[in-house]
Amino acid sequence: MSGVYVILEDRGGRVSRISFEAIAAANILASQSGAKPTAIVVGSQTEALATQAAAKDVARVARIEHHLLSPYTADGYTIAIEQFIRVESPDYLVFPHSYQVRDYAPALAARLGCVLVGDVTAIGDGPIFTRQLMQGRLSGNYKPSGSGPCLISVQSGAFRAEAAESGAAEITTFTPNIEASRIRTKPGEPFRGSAQTVDLGSAQLIVAVGRGIREADNLSLVQDLASALGAEIAASRPICDNGWLPIERQVGSSGQTVAPKLYLAVGISGAIQHLVGMKGSQCIVAINKDAEAPIFEVADYGIVGDLFEVVPALTEAIKTAKA
Amino acid sequence: MKIIVCIKQVPERDAQVRIDSSGKWIEEADLQFAMNESDAYALEEALQLKEKHGGEVVVLSAGPERAGTTIREALAKGADRAIQVESDDLNQRDALGVAQLLAAAAKQESPDLVLTGLQSDDLGYGQTGVIMAELMGLPHASLILNVEKTDGGITVKRELEEGWFQNIELPLPAVLMIQSGGTKLRYATLMGIKKAKTKELRKINATELGAAAAPAAILEKITLPQKQRSTQMISGTAKEAAASLAEKLKFEVRVI
Repeated sequence: MSGVYVILEDRGGRVSRISFEAIAAANILASQSGAKPTAIVVGSQTEALATQAAAKDVARVARIEHHLLSPYTADGYTIAIEQFIRVESPDYLVFPHSYQVRDYAPALAARLGCVLVGDVTAIGDGPIFTRQLMQGRLSGNYKPSGSGPCLISVQSGAFRAEAAESGAAEITTFTPNIEASRIRTKPGEPFRGSAQTVDLGSAQLIVAVGRGIREADNLSLVQDLASALGAEIAASRPICDNGWLPIERQVGSSGQTVAPKLYLAVGISGAIQHLVGMKGSQCIVAINKDAEAPIFEVADYGIVGDLFEVVPALTEAIKTAKA
Repeated sequence: MKIIVCIKQVPERDAQVRIDSSGKWIEEADLQFAMNESDAYALEEALQLKEKHGGEVVVLSAGPERAGTTIREALAKGADRAIQVESDDLNQRDALGVAQLLAAAAKQESPDLVLTGLQSDDLGYGQTGVIMAELMGLPHASLILNVEKTDGGITVKRELEEGWFQNIELPLPAVLMIQSGGTKLRYATLMGIKKAKTKELRKINATELGAAAAPAAILEKITLPQKQRSTQMISGTAKEAAASLAEKLKFEVRVI
């Protein structure tokens, strides 16, 4: 057998949103060859996931099922998916670019003698895979050239998940052969870093601050702007890493995902880890000294300038506009 | 504990990068380079483990001649010695090709622990450590913020998505990919900088570590990113721009 396969992930007992986006990407690849993709669910109790996946735009759902596949370990997943690939010989294997995939897919690819083309944002004819370089300042077009299967992972939000439910695909089960001794790591239960008292997800207006603020003492400038607007304050990762704002105010792949009416980004360059957490905002405003900062690629309004001059002036202008 | 830390020299964070005439790489002539950020955190984690448990920290870097300055910086911060895999064609290798070089060089040292940064700030593959573990036959964990030595091995704190974490136990030897921000970075002291000049920096030519396999994915062309939204750029002095933006927030976005 051959064709396009897509790995789906479990998020609290349901197929994760980014997995549906991966199905959409797999369908773009599949349309170049003519056949529908096969979805793969991995775990120890995959029945419910498989049923949910079977309603999507796929030809078949393959369950890779083994009691040692829960909880997730890189060793278990790599062994199980490798065995499945050896049997089915896919041409393409599409993954969601999640933290979990980043943890095992590169090893799986190496075991197969190929590489993962990771964090893909677009698929062109050929196929050519586009991914970001230099923290989003440039894009690179990659062409697969190996003889083995081609593994790609797709960036969160880059492909539109199909809303259409196409019906009931066939479900098959594959039982890998895994010895307990080959799983070398022992994962603990997931836990939250801190009590979540701020729900940025429901905020209508957000003022977010990044590295450009330079020092903790300068944060008051941004806090003044937020209170003039009546907005919640948020931050990119370096601000929270430095302990200048609590981690619960972090937006991005390791923090919260937000989609407010207004997201005003101050001194944030717009590395992809931040953008995935806010690019769904209705209106994005960016204030940054660097005209080439990637934040401007997703902005509706932009000011290139010194935030230490622009932000206080904006706070005053907003107070005036409100008066 | 003998710890190998893999570091990469990358263009400085705010460097203005330009596509070169081949369209396949960037113009390097006027660029400033620095240590990749998450690699600096990997180095810091290694230095702290050595301070607590003793042992040796060996820096391993693949790169052209210029990477030597970044390697010296790591030595100045406290690494004991360094290995540089010299190669001018790293950009033509894919993630597997580069990891093969690093894994081959690391194997010769029989380390207890190999640390890498999570992801490079230039190519951003984020795969080197995971592939090295596979090639070296070692267990691994990625997105690691903290490492504690235990009787049987190590316990690491792994970052999950959306503010969740998890502890993982691993036997040694192992490979860890370190996430930025788990600890505070140190600065090199004057004494450290002075000492670094006399520390061992062994150079290995990439060709000594085996022939490069043909890449499985080729970077064919670098382009400017496509804009995802059309941006109204607001110009003028800070005051004019601020006033104009406030107007737009009131009448176009309607949030004031």
